[in-house]
Amino acid sequence: MRAHARLVARADGRGGTVLAELRGETPLLLRQTPGDGRVVTVYVVGGAAGPLAGDDLRLEIDVGPGAAVRVHTVAASVALPGRPDVVSRMTVDAVVHDGGVLHWLPEQLVVAAGCAHVAESRVELAAGARLTWRDEVICGRYGEAPGAAVVHTRVDYDGRPLLRQSLAVGPGAPGWAGPAVLGGAPATGSLLVVDPSRPAEPATVEGTLARLPLAGGPATLWSATAPDAHTLRAHLGDAALAEVTA
Amino acid sequence: MATSSLLLLLADGRFPAGAHAHSGGLEAAVAAGRVTDLASLEAFLAGRLATAGLVGAAFAAAAHRAMTSAGPAVRGSTLALLDAELDARTAAPALRTVSRRQGRALLRAGRAIWPAASFDDLPCTPGGAHQPLVLGLLCAAAGLSRAETATVAAHGTVTGAASAGVRLLGLDPYQVQALLVGLASRCDGTAAEAARAADDPPERLPAAAAPLADIHAEAHATWEVRLFAS
Repeated sequence: MRAHARLVARADGRGGTVLAELRGETPLLLRQTPGDGRVVTVYVVGGAAGPLAGDDLRLEIDVGPGAAVRVHTVAASVALPGRPDVVSRMTVDAVVHDGGVLHWLPEQLVVAAGCAHVAESRVELAAGARLTWRDEVICGRYGEAPGAAVVHTRVDYDGRPLLRQSLAVGPGAPGWAGPAVLGGAPATGSLLVVDPSRPAEPATVEGTLARLPLAGGPATLWSATAPDAHTLRAHLGDAALAEVTA
Repeated sequence: MATSSLLLLLADGRFPAGAHAHSGGLEAAVAAGRVTDLASLEAFLAGRLATAGLVGAAFAAAAHRAMTSAGPAVRGSTLALLDAELDARTAAPALRTVSRRQGRALLRAGRAIWPAASFDDLPCTPGGAHQPLVLGLLCAAAGLSRAETATVAAHGTVTGAASAGVRLLGLDPYQVQALLVGLASRCDGTAAEAARAADDPPERLPAAAAPLADIHAEAHATWEVRLFAS
């Protein structure tokens, strides 16, 4: 399946945000949920199982100056096998203008046995834009060895490279489960927070959760591995986000 | 043209750039109980080669390409962009510091050995340029090819950690060397992939990430007593 969805948010001039465009295609459907008007909340509703190998899904997000958007997904995406010798692909292209805010807080990506999945996110932030961006990868369903997945993340801030990461798991990624990469942890993820109004913080590490100030802009990356999805969410979920919005 | 001897000299752990002082994250992995024996060392080396090894080799190759293919006018700006791109691939501040420190040590050696080479094209980043960029320039100065440059870089990411493994775990050096021999063709494959990737625009260069590399590096940086600098 191929699907293209697009979300365009603009400030309404009264301190709120309106959606200038919101369109999707099965299996990438977008639904706005009621909110306080200041931040628009949109859910990505999977209209089909998957992604399955052969699927090519693309979401574009454009957040204008002064607009604020929060994007969730209603459920974890489970990358599944499909047509042989092809990959499933999920691409997110986001642009956040000066004074715009994007919170990208989807549910986990579950890398099911036999899948071949490529997730690619490209985020362009203008100077003065704010972002929270969470990626969580669960390697296999319960008791299952994962298929092959690569999660590419490319974020620019003010025209400069801020973050480039490609996390590969499963067959085709040598040593991915070993002590240099995940150390046998089936869950891993990161939370990127870009906020020019936040003071820079020193790096910290506690167990398998690290807080890492980045070099290319006013940004911090929380990076974690965990024994399961719940522990991972505890690392990268409410606690870290509360610290961010405080 | 470079000779085989020059390739061997640059790849040698005894090249005076202080590589022996670094364990490539192995010391922290050992302390965390994740590397305990030959088998876990092998898995560590394979993962390190596929992540830090590929990225470092691609940036060394890209820096070499900038020196050998780009016009003198754009060398400086290309290297500055590569330095910023490598920063964006190095989330842990401890790893950025280590890479720049190793770059400075390598540059001191390079300036002394090849006084006529144009190391001034490197960006004046605080802390010095990243190690793979400096390595790319050294290899270009020595007349090595891009593929040889990537090989030196990929090789260095596993041999340093392997010899640290002998010291940290008291492993049999023959068996550790056998691990490296077993990894040799994968190391060559990584170098070939890195050399090819160097033709891509800087933002598309490999960015293979290893969450534990960041976590280990930051934990290691807090220790008061350690055998290795990283």
